Amino acid sequence: MKKSIDNILEKYENSGRDALIALLQEIQDNEGFLSEEAIVKTGKKLNIPTSKIYGVATFYNQFRFDPQGRYHIQVCRGTACHVLGSLTVLQELEKTLKAKAGQTTRDGMFSIEVVACIGACGLAPVISVNGTFHANMTAESINELVETYRNKE
Amino acid sequence: MSMQIEVNGNKIEAFEGETILSALNRNGIKIPTLCHMKKFIPSGACRICVVEVIGSPKLVTACSFPVADGMKILTHSLKVTEARKTIIELLLSNHPDDCLYCLRNGNCELQSLSKEYHVVERRIRGKKNSFKLDHSGPSIVRDPEKCILCGRCVRVCEEVMGVACIDYINRGSQTFIGTTLKKPLNTSSCINCGQCIMVCPTGALTEKNNVALMQEALHRKDKKVVVQYAPAITVSIAEAFGLEPGTDLNGVLNAALRKMGFNYVFDTTFSADLTIMEEASELIHRVVNGGKLPMFTSCCPGWIKYAEEFAPDMLANLSSCKSPQQMLGAVIKSYFAEQVNLKPEEITSVSIMPCTAKKFEAERATMGRDGVPDVDIVLTTRELIEMIKLYGIDLKNIEPEITDSPLGVRSSAGKIFGASGGVMEAAIRTAYKMITGEELANFRVCAVRGFDGHKEAKIKINENLEIGVAVVSGLANAATLIEEIRNGRDDIHFIEVMTCPGGCIAGGGQIIGVNESFIAARMKSLYDIDERETIKVSHKNPEVIELYDKYLGKPLGHKSHDLLHTSYEKRDVLL
Repeated sequence: MKKSIDNILEKYENSGRDALIALLQEIQDNEGFLSEEAIVKTGKKLNIPTSKIYGVATFYNQFRFDPQGRYHIQVCRGTACHVLGSLTVLQELEKTLKAKAGQTTRDGMFSIEVVACIGACGLAPVISVNGTFHANMTAESINELVETYRNKE
Repeated sequence: MSMQIEVNGNKIEAFEGETILSALNRNGIKIPTLCHMKKFIPSGACRICVVEVIGSPKLVTACSFPVADGMKILTHSLKVTEARKTIIELLLSNHPDDCLYCLRNGNCELQSLSKEYHVVERRIRGKKNSFKLDHSGPSIVRDPEKCILCGRCVRVCEEVMGVACIDYINRGSQTFIGTTLKKPLNTSSCINCGQCIMVCPTGALTEKNNVALMQEALHRKDKKVVVQYAPAITVSIAEAFGLEPGTDLNGVLNAALRKMGFNYVFDTTFSADLTIMEEASELIHRVVNGGKLPMFTSCCPGWIKYAEEFAPDMLANLSSCKSPQQMLGAVIKSYFAEQVNLKPEEITSVSIMPCTAKKFEAERATMGRDGVPDVDIVLTTRELIEMIKLYGIDLKNIEPEITDSPLGVRSSAGKIFGASGGVMEAAIRTAYKMITGEELANFRVCAVRGFDGHKEAKIKINENLEIGVAVVSGLANAATLIEEIRNGRDDIHFIEVMTCPGGCIAGGGQIIGVNESFIAARMKSLYDIDERETIKVSHKNPEVIELYDKYLGKPLGHKSHDLLHTSYEKRDVLL
C-alpha cells in the first residue's frame, strides 16, 4: 500500500541529519519523485534547511523532482552502452519526447531517467520502460518504441 | 606551544594547532586565497593557497594544513606558482570575458589574482557557463555565470545568518549555487542582507544597482529630489577617496549631494532620534502595561524579514516602529511636503543606506500611503561612491555644508545607530529620562558596545526597576537567543537585533573587501562623534521636539501611529 509522506516521516522520529538520504529514497519509492512538500516536511523533521536537502538530492542522479510519467524510460549510459551509441539514443529520445533526462513530458506520459549501468551489458544499448528491457536500441528503434507505447493509450 | 618552521629558508615561529596560512600571514607572507574566510573552519575547496612542504609528495593547502615542528615550506617555488596559475586559468576557462561590463571591475579577486599570476593569454579554453541572471529581487542580483564556486556566500548565509537560502546544486562540472528547487531569490528565504555580496570574490553577486535610475530622477524637472543618508554612511566612504578610513565626511557629503543636484539633503540620524522617541515610549508602555516582552528592535529590514520567515511566533514581540529610513520617508512625504507646498507625488524620496535589504524594505506594501511609496530610490554606499565619482566631485577640495532644515538636526545618540549596540544605547538614554525624569549620569553604556555578536547588560533604572537588555548581530546569534526565549528565558526585556555582524558599519551595501580594521575605525569614529557633540540624547533634538509640537503630537499618538508605525506578517517561503 502506498504510504503518505507523513507515515514515512513518523518512522524517522528520533533521527538526525544522517538519515536524510535513506528518508528521501523511501519517499521517492512511494511518491515516485521528491515534491516540494516532501522537501519541506523532511527539512522540518530533520532540522535541515531545504536548500541543503535540495543540494544533497541533486548531487545524486537517483532523485527526481518531477512526477514520473506513466511510462518511465531508463536509458543506460554505462560503458558498454556508451560504446555502442547510447548517447545518440538518449539524444533522439529527448528530441522525440521534448523532455530532458530527469524530466517528464507535458502530457505526463513519459519520463526519462539516465542510469549509470542497468546490468545488461550484453543487450547494449539497452533501455528499460517500466521495468521491461529493450535491447540493441538505435535512434530509429527508439522512435518506433515510443510510437508503440503512444498507441497503447 | 610554540615551534619553529622554515619558510623559504627563513625560520619563523608557529603555534601548535594553527594552519600554515595563519603562521605565514602573521609573519608577513601573503598567500592567495579564494574560499578561505577568517573565523570559519577552512574548507580547502579552491586550492589556490597551495604551498610546497618538503617531504610531502603533493602540494598542500595552506588554509587547512596544520603546522608541524621543523616543517620546511616553500611558498613561491616554481611548482607552487605554476599550480596556482593553472588554477586561475581553469577558473577563467569557463568564466565570462566581460570584465569591462562588470560591476566588480577593479575590485574583483579573480581579476587581481590573474594579474598577480601573470595570466596574459588564454591557454585553456573551456565551455562557457550558461545561466540565467536572477534579478527577481529588489536587492540582490545573482549571475551564476560569474560564480567560481568558492562557497563563501553559502557559508556566510548558513553560518553567520542562519538563513541557508542557497547551496551547491548538482555535481561536478554541472554544479552551481542556487536556491531550493531553483526558485528565484525574491520568493526564496533570502533576507536581502547582502553579506553574500560582501564575501563574493567576483561579480556573481551584486546589489541591484540604481545609479542609472538615480541619474534620470535627478534630471527630471517636475519632481524635487530629497535625499537622506544613514548614520553609518558618513564614516564609511573615506577610503574610497584616499582618505583615512573612518573619517567622518558629514559636511562634505552634504555639499557633494547638493552638487549632484539633490534639492534637499536630510540626515536619517534625525529619524533615528524619532525612532528612539517612539521605540523607548513603546518599551515603557509594554513594561508598564504588561505588553508582550521582550521587545525586539525593528530598525533592521534583514532581521524583520528573517523574523517573518523563521520566527513568526515572535512577531508580536517586534517593535511596531518603522525603521529610521521609512520614518523619514513618511515625514518627508507628509510634514515636509506640506511645508514646501508639494504633493507627495511631486517628491522623489531617495535614501542612501549601507544596506541592500533597505531596497527591499522601501518596496514593502505598507511603506507608503495612497499608492505613493515613502522612499522611491534606495542607494547603497557603493552606489553613492559610484555617483560621486561619476559626477566628478573631488571630496578633498570642497567646503563642508550643513544639512537642510527641518529634518536635518541630529543627536549623537542617533548617530551611533550605525554600530551594533547603538540603538540600544540611544534607547536606554531616552527611556531612562522618560521613566525617571532625569538624565542618565553616565551616558556611555559600554556593555553594549563593540563587535561581540552577543552582548547583554542589566540596566538599573530606579529602586524598583531593572531592565535586562541584549544586543545581537549576525542572525545566527539572534536565532540562539530566540530559542532561549522560546524555552522560557524571561530576564531580558529589550533586544536589539542587527543582521550584519557589527551593525550597519559592516552592512551589505558597504565597500567590498575592506580590512577589518577599517570597520573598527568606522565604529570608533561614531563613538568619537558621540563623545564630541553636545546633544547626546534623542529627546533633546530640537527639530524632533518641534516636529512633535507642530505635527505629530506625542510619541505613540494618533498621527505617529499612522506615519511611523507598521505591521508584520508571517511569510510562507521554503526554509
